[in-house]
Amino acid sequence: MKKIVKYVIIDILRNKIMLAYTAFLLLISLSIFNLEDNSAKGLLSLLNIILIVVPLVSILFSAIYVYNSAEFLELLASQPLKRRTLWLSIFSGVASSLALAFFVGAGIPILLYEATATGFMMLGIGMVLSVIFVAIAMLATVKIRDKAKGIGVAILLWLYFSLLFDGLVMFLLFQFADYPLEKAMVGVSILNPIDLGRILILLKMDISALMGYTGAIFKNYFGTASGLLISAFVLLLWIVMPLWLSVRKFNRKDL
Amino acid sequence: MIIASNVSKKFGKLKALDNVSVTCNKGECIALIGPNGSGKTTLIKTILGMVVCDNGFITFNEKNILHDWQYRANIGYMPQIGRYPENMSIGQILDMMKDIRGKSNQTLDEDLVQQFKLNELLGKRMRTLSGGTRQKVSAALAFLFNPEVLILDEPTAGLDPVASEILKEKIIAEKTKGKLILITSHILSELDDLVTQVIYMQDGKLCFHKDIAALRADTGQEKLSKAIASVMLKMTS
Repeated sequence: MKKIVKYVIIDILRNKIMLAYTAFLLLISLSIFNLEDNSAKGLLSLLNIILIVVPLVSILFSAIYVYNSAEFLELLASQPLKRRTLWLSIFSGVASSLALAFFVGAGIPILLYEATATGFMMLGIGMVLSVIFVAIAMLATVKIRDKAKGIGVAILLWLYFSLLFDGLVMFLLFQFADYPLEKAMVGVSILNPIDLGRILILLKMDISALMGYTGAIFKNYFGTASGLLISAFVLLLWIVMPLWLSVRKFNRKDL
Repeated sequence: MIIASNVSKKFGKLKALDNVSVTCNKGECIALIGPNGSGKTTLIKTILGMVVCDNGFITFNEKNILHDWQYRANIGYMPQIGRYPENMSIGQILDMMKDIRGKSNQTLDEDLVQQFKLNELLGKRMRTLSGGTRQKVSAALAFLFNPEVLILDEPTAGLDPVASEILKEKIIAEKTKGKLILITSHILSELDDLVTQVIYMQDGKLCFHKDIAALRADTGQEKLSKAIASVMLKMTS
């Protein structure tokens, strides 16, 4: 398995889109940290950009990469390799290159300007989100044969996780405004890895008071050690579940 | 060596393979012939385990290939279209395959790598290569590990005359070593001096599987292309 991962990473690291993505992150994060005199504030601005850009690039890049590798996957499937090994190798290769790109592009500036617990949390969330969206893209590509359709679905999934989901939550909140929904919100937030990541970082920034009573509830749940552990577990589940489903599907897929 | 028994495969409503049974033995060089969409590539893919058949089973050396993957170490496959990761160089592709398949005590068969002069192109990225050069890489990879079985899907499509002549000579050399070779091609004239048996497929069905001498005797035609043409005419009329 290591053998294929190595070559996939070599291939992706020379990819121009990947280099552009890294440069873009580097440029954005450096300029934000240099514009703001208070680097904690810079981190907050960076948060919003990262939570939009990282999932989008991760899901799109990996979907396109897997579709473009269709014939290569076929060739590898004709070699003495297990299907599962093959699929997990591709996943590991793509996921680690995207995580590496995030680390170089956004992680290094964060470590330079804001090497605090918040900074580390942001670095971790960014890398985990990259991996989660690669896993989701792998599931989408294995389910859908057609390239154009598959990339469309990848974009829709991104749209759902970054915009539509929040809209739905807002809608529900207004509809059921008469009921105490604060606790339910905790449950809802684990249904979206981006939201979970955002909450975890915001809580670390100690501005949860701005979120009112819900913020206090969140602080109660996610601020504790056990809450942190549970959210880490949920994020892990967001990687494992799509990946497991995609492996199952790929094992029986006609190439 | 390879035995397919009553293999059927449907893609939606289309019957890609309809109750196909074939036996392939060592030392044979079999041509898979049929119109476009007759199920030749699907048959090859089921043998390689890339497509899982709905009914029937395939055995390789008396072992069912379902849920098995090690048997593919004995097969060299050259796909119809070879596309590789864009930013990998030829050298890296060769190294990767050696990493995946190579055993330490194995002698590699680098005849084609040398004859196609791929050694001079090792640093070239795959996306800069022409279709023909990619096809050369695919061919070199199929022969590299001295497999017992060679499966070649349209091997000469896109190759220049010199390269396809080299490839043909290599196929003949491997045939005399007693390997099983399966070839699909539409260019019947170049199969003449290669094959010992012919499998003709149409609409997913196996129409006949004959020795080439028997086919020539039946049709009274010396050339394979003419023999097949007369068979096709007979079938339609």
